[in-house]
Amino acid sequence: MSGTPTIEGAGGPLVHAEGLTKRFGATVALDGLTLGVAGGEILALLGPSGSGKSTLLLCLAGILRPDSGTVRYRGQALSDMADAVLTCLRREEFGFVFQFGQLVPDLTAVENVSLPLQLSGQKRGLAEERALALLTKLEVEDRAGKRVGEMSGGQAQRVAVARALIAEPKVIFADEPTGSLDSLNGEVVMGLLLAAARERGTTVVLVTHEPRIAAYADREVVVRDGRISQHAVVP
Amino acid sequence: MSLGHALLGLLEDRPRHGYELKHLYDERFGVSQSVKFGQVYTTLARLLRDGLVDISAVESGGGPDRKLYMITPEGVADLEHWLIDPQPPSTFGRSVLFAKVVIALMSGRPADEVLDLQRAAHLVRMRELTERKLAGDAIDALACDFELFHLEADLRWIELAGARVERLRSPRTRDVPE
Ligand SMILES: Nc1ncnc2c1ncn2[C@@H]1O[C@H](COP(=O)(O)OP(=O)(O)OP(=O)(O)O)[C@@H](O)[C@H]1O
Ligand SMILES: [Mg+2]
Repeated sequence: MSGTPTIEGAGGPLVHAEGLTKRFGATVALDGLTLGVAGGEILALLGPSGSGKSTLLLCLAGILRPDSGTVRYRGQALSDMADAVLTCLRREEFGFVFQFGQLVPDLTAVENVSLPLQLSGQKRGLAEERALALLTKLEVEDRAGKRVGEMSGGQAQRVAVARALIAEPKVIFADEPTGSLDSLNGEVVMGLLLAAARERGTTVVLVTHEPRIAAYADREVVVRDGRISQHAVVP
Repeated sequence: MSLGHALLGLLEDRPRHGYELKHLYDERFGVSQSVKFGQVYTTLARLLRDGLVDISAVESGGGPDRKLYMITPEGVADLEHWLIDPQPPSTFGRSVLFAKVVIALMSGRPADEVLDLQRAAHLVRMRELTERKLAGDAIDALACDFELFHLEADLRWIELAGARVERLRSPRTRDVPE
């Protein structure tokens, strides 16, 4: 299935956050935030610096536990899942693209991309073959054998996108995936990520501060002071 | 837009008839307003008089479109001169958007609301342009990007303007660059 967003589970959104609150000391990062993401939807999270976008993304992905409120995936509360189940969910159903990190600088592009498959038990040869196919799609196959630490930011970012896509996740969480790239490379990475996602019906939750990047999404919401802004509803 | 130079640009790769020039012009440059046939023929007549174009063939039959126009070496030189001559920067200060945002913010209306509502409107257009860009060719992409970057600049300016005004109201906030 691809293209049109669908509502999954018991008639609800694929990912649903309700009344999320998260404090860091005296800082209120999330303040009773509620948000639903439909299956297959590409959603952009906009909002000023410090408004809680990254915190929200980490809570949605089950990496950070909110102080109160619930995140549901396919109708099931993440807080009800055992740690092992949650870890498995993150590895098998979720993909991540962050602005920095998450690739191993001393491994080559192919090794980095095939790593998630090898971790879940696939044979190395087959995993690397699939990694190479994906790197080709992202137009960095000529760098496949190069160590990631020796790549430019734009090349490494394409490798990061390939790594997020390799295990065919149901949801991709991306935090400023184009933040360190120039306009053209940012758009190429965005175009490739979204083309791959639309082709597979993958849901994408994307944090960005660039309206041009947000314009690639199906829908935008604005996070402000730890809540979804009410005047920013885009049809 | 200098119609004469645009026509010279369209004639540089090969000779064309007037009607073809009109359609090409509309496709590439006439986003907000198409050019009239009359304007095209008047301009071609002027370029011909100035020796910047020539007639490479006249076909038999009636109608105004028997002539095939070609660019001359003088025309190419004139076009090159025009291309490298820097365009004076446009002035943007008088747009309705500018007046609206300034009045809204100076009257104490919340900047967030002004920004969010305008962004919502801008993003509808920006999404249309992005779709067209992804579906189209390189020329479409250039045209869409031109508009997309200008729309994004509007939003960035509103954001900064809102933050500045809010900072004036509560001088303790110190996170906005001077
Ligand atoms: N691990 C942490 N420890 C302490 N405070 C934190 C932590 N993570 C986030 N915060 C605070 O929570 C608030 C929200 O942070 P968050 O990173 O979610 O913002 P953001 O919207 O992603 O901002 P940016 O656009 O700058 O990335 C901020 O005030 C931040 O300082
Ligand atoms: Mg962040």
